Amino acid sequence: MNPYIAVIHRDLLLALRRKNEAMTSVIFFVVVAALFPLGISPEMSTLRLIAPGVLWIGALLASMLSLGRLFAGDHQDGTLEQMVLSSASLPGLVGAKILAHWLMSGLPLVLMAPILALQFDLNAQDIEVLTTSLLLGTPLLSLIGAVGAALTLGVRGADVLLSLLVLPLYVPALVFGAGAVQAQAAGLGASAHLSLLAAMLLVAVVFGPWACAAALRIALE
Amino acid sequence: MIWSSFSEFISMGGYGLYVWGSFGVTALLMIMEVLQAARQHKSMRDSLRIQAASQEAEEDWP
Amino acid sequence: MKLHPNLFRFAAPQAFYGLAGRLWPVLAFLATLLGAWGLWLGLFVAPTDFQQGQAYRIIFVHVPASWMSMIIYLAMAFWALLGLTFNTRLSGMMNLALAPTGAMFAFLSLWSGALWGKPMWGTWWVWDARLTSELILFFLYLGFMGLTAAIDDPRRADKAGGLLALVGAINVPIIYFSVRWWNTLHQGSSVSVTKGSSMEPTMLWAMLLMAIAFWLYAIVMALYRIRTIILGREQHTHWAKLELHPEGFA
Repeated sequence: MNPYIAVIHRDLLLALRRKNEAMTSVIFFVVVAALFPLGISPEMSTLRLIAPGVLWIGALLASMLSLGRLFAGDHQDGTLEQMVLSSASLPGLVGAKILAHWLMSGLPLVLMAPILALQFDLNAQDIEVLTTSLLLGTPLLSLIGAVGAALTLGVRGADVLLSLLVLPLYVPALVFGAGAVQAQAAGLGASAHLSLLAAMLLVAVVFGPWACAAALRIALE
Repeated sequence: MIWSSFSEFISMGGYGLYVWGSFGVTALLMIMEVLQAARQHKSMRDSLRIQAASQEAEEDWP
Repeated sequence: MKLHPNLFRFAAPQAFYGLAGRLWPVLAFLATLLGAWGLWLGLFVAPTDFQQGQAYRIIFVHVPASWMSMIIYLAMAFWALLGLTFNTRLSGMMNLALAPTGAMFAFLSLWSGALWGKPMWGTWWVWDARLTSELILFFLYLGFMGLTAAIDDPRRADKAGGLLALVGAINVPIIYFSVRWWNTLHQGSSVSVTKGSSMEPTMLWAMLLMAIAFWLYAIVMALYRIRTIILGREQHTHWAKLELHPEGFA
């Protein structure tokens, strides 16, 4: 079997066996989205206003919290070292891992978002843009976050440190992702935002696994 | 010299708090940074000297 | 050119230790001189601003601090690239020496920006593009310092920090652009230090002098700090032992 497919297959299998880990991302997303109305106001007009930001930030935080799981398991049982030493392209293997990770941790958020959007009284077109922006954005966040996860591999206090490292880098995705929904809601059309998001995703797909592989080599040598 | 009195200089047209708050904190942080760097250098030299001395002592009495 | 082989020997920590030791006092003297001159021009010669009164004088520390916070980060990215490409030891140490000063300048930029904003626009903080980007730059510095402090192995810390600095530097323009987009779309206040007030020559001069003084200060701090770092890393070498015990061994 192609080594990259094998990695995806293995990671998905492992994740499905530990279903509750995958579920925690989604549950976190749901809970956080519920906290904002509780903390701000139940007014529908307010909620419609803050919904793009709230939902995007909720997904962003949920995605960030799941990053710790990306390399930790393989690091502990030595699989990661095998990957670094193997003849297969490390960026390719890393890309495969990130894809599997996104399928289990990011995609569920994308699927959950429309349901949560209903709680914020967003209309159908806004929800469509929201879902699209998250579909483009969550892989982007995974790719950026993976570099941070690799840099902090096995480091003391990695979780909090990872947040500090990665959140500034998340800002463009957040701005254009939430901005897309806001633009749609304001009647201005989201195509510019979504195009930029797509462009950033493309760049991240090309360079992210490569930077992540470099970070893994640094962490493991 | 554009100030006609010292108190005029200090008050900065009523903006004294903001102007001196900026310049003051700048000076303060720079001084603190310099002192801290000096202290770190000294303690590095001291601890290395102590380490080297204890190693010598070990060599004399293995 | 015949000069090149001579310069490359300073890539060795021992040689650089000596060079840094001879260089920093000279640069410190220069920094003090230019800083004093800049302060003289800025506080005693430059006239009152037509629109902002005396409060505008904050720019004499705010603008140099902002510029330095960005230049130092660029320098860190440069050394990071050098270090990751050529595997030089000194590059990582230089970044460790530069980061604290860069973080300090980023903080000063935010602090002086807030103190300038309160009398000018009525609030201690505005979410304009430049201040927000400066805040994010401050977080990038803290992230670098946190990561390098958390990794015990010095070589891994150097390389990981270098990669982080590079990734951060590449992202800074993207972050700035996105923040500007965000700001203009929401019609946030677009504040500019120099917009709305024509800069008199003395003002420009004072700002430039302060900027150069801050730059020299940053170099002095980096050179001073790197000597401490070099001593710590090289403590087992003969030259370092000699350096600490000039009188020789018993």
